Amino acid sequence: MIYLQLFLEFFKTGLFAVGGGLATLPFLEDMALRTGWFTAAQLADMIAVSESTPGPIGVNMATYVGFVTGGIPGAVVATLGLLTPSVIVILIVAAFLKAFRENRFVNSAFYGLRPASTAMVASAGVSVVLIAFFGGNPVSLAAVDWKAVILAAVLLVLTRWCKPTKKLHPILFILASAIVGILLKF
Amino acid sequence: MKELWDLFFTFAKVGAMTFGGGYAMLPILQREVVEKKGWATDEELTDYFAIGQCTPGIIAVNTATFIGQKEKGTAGAILASLGVVFPSLIIISLLAGVIDFYSHITWVQHAFGGIRVCVCVLIFNAVLKLWKGAVKDVGAVLIFLAVFVASVLTDLSPVIYVLVAGVAGILLRSRKEAQA
Repeated sequence: MIYLQLFLEFFKTGLFAVGGGLATLPFLEDMALRTGWFTAAQLADMIAVSESTPGPIGVNMATYVGFVTGGIPGAVVATLGLLTPSVIVILIVAAFLKAFRENRFVNSAFYGLRPASTAMVASAGVSVVLIAFFGGNPVSLAAVDWKAVILAAVLLVLTRWCKPTKKLHPILFILASAIVGILLKF
Repeated sequence: MKELWDLFFTFAKVGAMTFGGGYAMLPILQREVVEKKGWATDEELTDYFAIGQCTPGIIAVNTATFIGQKEKGTAGAILASLGVVFPSLIIISLLAGVIDFYSHITWVQHAFGGIRVCVCVLIFNAVLKLWKGAVKDVGAVLIFLAVFVASVLTDLSPVIYVLVAGVAGILLRSRKEAQA
């Protein structure tokens, strides 16, 4: 029965996650809370693995959750669940391609959907921040992991403002952070 | 039949060569699908991407479905999308097993401690990028703030935010047009 549940959960994710990349993250967070299939900390690790391996992030995360929940059949079922609404929606859209692009209602709806999707990814980011900087403890100044804050500040500079490193692939920053984590015992 | 397999394998190749999905996939699609196979033009590809971005689902899968459909109808759409996810299935299943096996070792836990910090920064950067494309006026800022505050403070399903934000978008836009 877990397979049917996995399929339906990911079908829902595929049907409502708009914008690609980390757009599925809020749905996975919601899934972790409701089903207990995996923890928020595991989800943070899944993001890292999904960013560091080939394949679209959303698909990688679905496969990962499916595998953790139900082994290889779980991975297959979750991925198919995610994929099915995409295929159906695009087949319909392809039939009315021009009308879809020029439809006023579609455009207006997406005017509202895009900031909402951005906000949901940001909010999912907040929970990863709580795990990474407070170790899951209640938020207080005493609970702050200062090593993590310094590493984050350095990474922020390297990925946003430092010209020679800004364009580097995320996998390099993930690897560097893993090494720092091992050396400084995060 | 041969063409269907060709769709599957070409998109499996695209999936295996893409890190991160979304726009990272565009140059690889250009080389494999436009230049080598001639299944689409550069303009069509840009169109598919634009639509893939504002329809539900994974952009990579949406684009694969479009091109598969164009070449071989519904069967083509299905095989192209299965192709694009195939490498993920193999690679992630292998890795997830390995990571699970080693996850109790102390230094692996330290490594993931460091990696989680990096994930925060990556999400932050992704949000800034999304913000640039999504939030262009006061109405959009308000929708962002409302959804952000609500989803940090409550455990409501994201589906609700998607539906409400879609309706809010239509209402805000039509009010603007009524004023103009």
